[in-house]
This record gives sequence, C-alpha cells and structure tokens, in this order.
Amino acid sequence: MTRVFISRDMASVALGADDLARAFADAGCEVVRTGSRGLFSIEPLVEVETAEGRIGYGPVGPGDVRAILDGTHPNRLGDVAALPFFAAQQRFTFARCGIVDPLSLADYAAHGGWTGLDIARSAEPQAVVDTVKASGLRGRGGAGFPTGIKWQTVLDAPGQKEGRGPKYIVCNADEGDSGTFADRMLMEGDPFCLIEGMAIAAHAVGAAHGYIYIRSEYPYAIRTMRDAIALSAGRIAPFTLEVRAGAGAYVCGEETALLDSIEGKRGQVRAKPPLPALAGLFGKPTVINNVLSLAAVPFILSEGAEAYATVGFGRSRGTMPVQLAGNVKHGGLFEVGFGITLGELVNDIGGGTASGRPVRAVQVGGPLGAYFPPSMFDLPFDYEAFTAAGGLIGHAGITVFDDSVDMAHMARFAMEFCAVESCGKCTPCRIGSTRGVEIVDRIIAARGHAVVPAQAGAMGGAQGGYLGKALYSRAPDRIDVSLGAQTALLRDLCDTMKYGSLCALGGFTPYPVLSALDYFPEDFGAPASVTEAAE
Amino acid sequence: MGLEEAKAFVDDWVQREGAGRDQLLPLLHAVQDEIGYIDDTLIPAIAAALNLSRADVHGVLTFYHDYRRQPAGRHIVKLCRAESCQARGGAVIEAAAAERLGVAMGETRRDGQVTLEPVYCLGLCAIGPNALVDGRPVARIDATTLDRIAIEIAA
Repeated sequence: MTRVFISRDMASVALGADDLARAFADAGCEVVRTGSRGLFSIEPLVEVETAEGRIGYGPVGPGDVRAILDGTHPNRLGDVAALPFFAAQQRFTFARCGIVDPLSLADYAAHGGWTGLDIARSAEPQAVVDTVKASGLRGRGGAGFPTGIKWQTVLDAPGQKEGRGPKYIVCNADEGDSGTFADRMLMEGDPFCLIEGMAIAAHAVGAAHGYIYIRSEYPYAIRTMRDAIALSAGRIAPFTLEVRAGAGAYVCGEETALLDSIEGKRGQVRAKPPLPALAGLFGKPTVINNVLSLAAVPFILSEGAEAYATVGFGRSRGTMPVQLAGNVKHGGLFEVGFGITLGELVNDIGGGTASGRPVRAVQVGGPLGAYFPPSMFDLPFDYEAFTAAGGLIGHAGITVFDDSVDMAHMARFAMEFCAVESCGKCTPCRIGSTRGVEIVDRIIAARGHAVVPAQAGAMGGAQGGYLGKALYSRAPDRIDVSLGAQTALLRDLCDTMKYGSLCALGGFTPYPVLSALDYFPEDFGAPASVTEAAE
Repeated sequence: MGLEEAKAFVDDWVQREGAGRDQLLPLLHAVQDEIGYIDDTLIPAIAAALNLSRADVHGVLTFYHDYRRQPAGRHIVKLCRAESCQARGGAVIEAAAAERLGVAMGETRRDGQVTLEPVYCLGLCAIGPNALVDGRPVARIDATTLDRIAIEIAA
C-alpha cells in the first residue's frame, strides 16, 4: 500500500487538505496526517513515499490523485526539503514539523524527541538553567527578555520544598498578532516538542503543574494539544499539564492579563512589580514563556547551548521562526538565524507581493509593530537593530502590503484595534485609542483625497456599540481640525500612550501609527519626503 | 433549553470539573457550547455554583468577546479583519460578504439564519482573506467562495 503524507494543519485544511486526504484514502492509500511544512504556495501538498524518499506534489486537488500516483503530475516538486525555501532554513525548533505525525509518540521518539528532557532530568536544576542561559535564548513572544534569567528567578524563589506552595509553568499560546502563526503551526505540527520544553522548564525551576493558554481562534491547536497531553502524560509524569482556552481577548497575550484570565478573572493587566516570576499565577512563582521559547529548549538541551548560540547576530542568539504573511507570493514559516535582512526575507525568500505590484510597506511584529518602507530593507533581523529603528521584532510576523495600501487607514486601524482590545485598566490606552481613531479620521477628512473610513461604526456595532458611542463624544466645534494641528495632536497622543500605558497594548500602538506617519507622510496629507526616523 | 435545565447543566458541570474560581472561563465556554449563548438569567446560578458574586460573573462575561449574551444565527461566519487579511483585500471582501450574506458585520440576519462576526486573526495569514464558517476554516476568499458560503448557510 502506498503511503502518502498530507498536512492536517488548519491552514492546509483551509486550502483543501481534508478533501485531498479523503481522495487518497479512497484510492487505497495509507494517509499519514502531518503538520504543515510551512510554505503555503505549494499547498495543498501531498508527499508520496517512494524508494527515493518522499516525493512532493503541490498545489494539488482531489482530482489529481491518479496522476500523482502515476508520477506524471506536472506539479511534481521532488524532495520538498530540497526546495530553495526549505534548503535555506535552519530548522532547530521546527525540525520535525511537517515531517512527523504530530500525535505519534513513536515518530517523536524516532526523530530525537525526549532526548532533551532525559538530559535535563539527569542534571541538577541549576545546571539546566545555566544551559538555557548559555544558549542566549531570549523570549520569543516579543519582549526578548533572556529566558534563562527568568528561570533563575523562579528557581531561586521559595517553593514547595521551602514550605511555600507550588510553582507553575505557563505557556503563552495566545498568539493574537496578525501575521503570526508559528505558535499555531508548532502546536498542531509538533505538540510534543512544546510539552517536552515545558517539562524541562518544570524540572529546572521545581514546578509540578503547567498550563497552556491557547486562544479560542485556534480550535485545531487546542484539540491537538489536548490529545498530545493525554498521550504523553506518562512520559512527562510527575509533571502535569492542562490546556486553557482563551475567549477572544487580544490583551490576554500580555503575560499578567493571561494569568488573570487563567485565574478566571477579566483579562486585565497587572502592574509590575511584583514580577510573575515571583508572584505569578495564583500569586505563586511562575515561569511564563511563549510557545517558541519553550519549544526551543529541547534542542538546546539535546544539542547543547553552544550549538544554539553559534547561530545568530549580536545579542540575538539562535534561530527565529519568521512568518511571511499578508500580500506575499511565498508566504509561510521560515526559521533562520538572526541577522538576515528584512529585504532578503520579503523579496528573496517571500518573492515580493502576491498581487505582483510593488511592495509599499511591511509591518513587523503584529498590530503593535512598526510599518517599514522598502528603503529600510537592509535592516538586520535583530532585537536591538529593530528597537533602534523605532520598531520591534515582536513575534516575528512580517505582513507585506503592496502599493494599494492607504497608510492613514492602517494607522486608524491600529488605534481602532487598540480601542476594541484595551482591557480598560489604564487611561492612555482606554481613552487614548478612541481619541486616536477620531484624530486619524479628521486627518483623513482634511487631507483632500478622502477615503471614507470603510468600517466606521462597523466595529462599534460588533462590540455592542460602545466604540460607536464613544467616538466623537467631544464637541467637535471647539477643535482645530486643520491637518497641521491634528497631526501634532496625534504625535502628542502617541507620546502619552507610549510612556503612560501600563502594558505593550497601549504602549506600542503608537509604533504602527507613528511609523506610518513618519515614513508615509503623503498618506496623511503632508508632502512626501523622508523625515526623521520614527523616534 | 429551559432555565431549570440550564441550571442543572451548570451544577453537573461544576460537580464534574470543580468549583474553583479559575473554572469560570471553562464553565462559560461549556455553557455556550451547550446552549449557544449565556443568558443573563443564568448568571445567578453560575455565580452561586462557583461562589462568586453576580457582578463578578457579569464582569467576566462581558469582558471577553467570545461570550454571547443573545442567541446567534443557525450558522456563524467569523470573518478576519486583521492586517494580514486586509493586505490581501480583506476590506473589499468584508463589504462583499455583508452584501452577499445579507447581514451587517457584527449582526445576525433577521431570519436567524446567519451571524456575521469579526475575528482578529485566525493564524492563516499568508492565505487570506480568511473566515471560520461554522468552525471550518476557509482561505483565499473571493466572490466565488462567498457564493459557496451563501449557499451553505441557506441550508
């Protein structure tokens, strides 16, 4: 019986992988459902097991089964791993994704799984923490805080042994940034890797229980993680794990809001200090890390800190699973060492826009990331370089826009999104975002070539109308609505939000707004010229 | 489901899963999965089952976008409005979807057949515009796809 491999990843399913799998099963093939390889322009993809290894065909549909099994189909790709998109990658974290059956313990073990955990458990907790420190691993959720230092704080905090109650491992899988999908792909394609990383963290800091908080928009990931936890319970014991589903609040990706959400409260941001490492979940010392941070740990333990740290750029060590998204020809997941330039990623790897029009802007790091013009494409992918350029790497999602984009509209959207998702705890974010929408609307109205904000009120209606009610609640007749005055006001507001907000939602929303204003002033009615940097 | 049945469901669930305050979100999810929405008249029962105040439950219920306080349509279309889908023509599709399905964004059609809701990212960002149609992911939405969805929700 011919064995074929077809992805069960949510993206692959959205493109028709389920129909394809059914067609191959009907043709008498043994169908193995894997994760996604991570290049969506060749999906739906099927790989046929042959004497020369797996031969890929894609994109293909259910009608192509016969030609694929004959080997005559024109979309024959050969060895998928040898395609330039994959050959150029350094897959440390995503080594198994797309290759193994995500829920097969045998596959996982056969591909190097559990080696890191076994090494960790044979070592003292301090030695494990030291290894993670030496690897240079930094938080992949966006802030880039050294993971080893965080673990050290939790290890040093008094716990059960000192009669002070439990410690917890929490995985932040509330991947809400548009343009990012690496967490989802890993949880669907290699869930045991995350489980192993969490078990290593538990051993390193002395925790007995862990939570994976997954956003509700990822039903496939929730299901796969729950199944994987049940299957691997014996392997990670005495450590135990459970999945908690989010409920559609973007702000719960902020670590303290996430902790409150697990505790059954409104997902509101906590003031820091105390750090979650000392007083986190249920007030106990807690390691809270992003999916990609935890999933990088098994490699670091099994291959050694040195193997991880030799790759990278400056103080950004190791690899980053970069996600190419939006209007890009070859979108997908590209794991590579830090230091690759933005231009290489967008043009060489991504192949430019899907629409074939020129690239006008890229947003890096989700809704809170800056928009960069192609003139900045020599920027190396590195935490410090992006910060210096007035942006952030965030979760390493790159959303590509072609020249049809209206940057004033995108600036408005950034403010609108913040207004909808604000947890309401601090004023700059809660009120500032609503006032920000109004200001951008006035700029759009005043700039001449008015594009009516397409969704004015739409979101208000969707959210029970509170945004709709809040907008324009101040007397407009007392406001100087000239372009100059409103632009100055927008900058002033961004300054207040940036420095006055409690967390990154209000604090970073100014990044997309100010970068749009700085790099694309012509969309805001100002003369087109490159002004000063985003700062 | 009547109120008494719903209360019984809540009590059974709490018996099975525990009555800690951290069970509030899982319980609200369970109620919504079972009944389709969380009626305000059920709040006192939920509060009592978890030993919380009604205000506390109300606060959590209204904080999270996922929880519904009114019944939805028979079919639910969640259309992504986030940046990556916008970069791929999401705004045009959003307008077209509202027109083709005969319902404004965020609303339920008068005949109760379909609810159209915004969602902010499904993590399918290289193949947008995307939607979840009754929980099933749909990518690269264009006019043809919208026609198919419209036929599907007519059933």
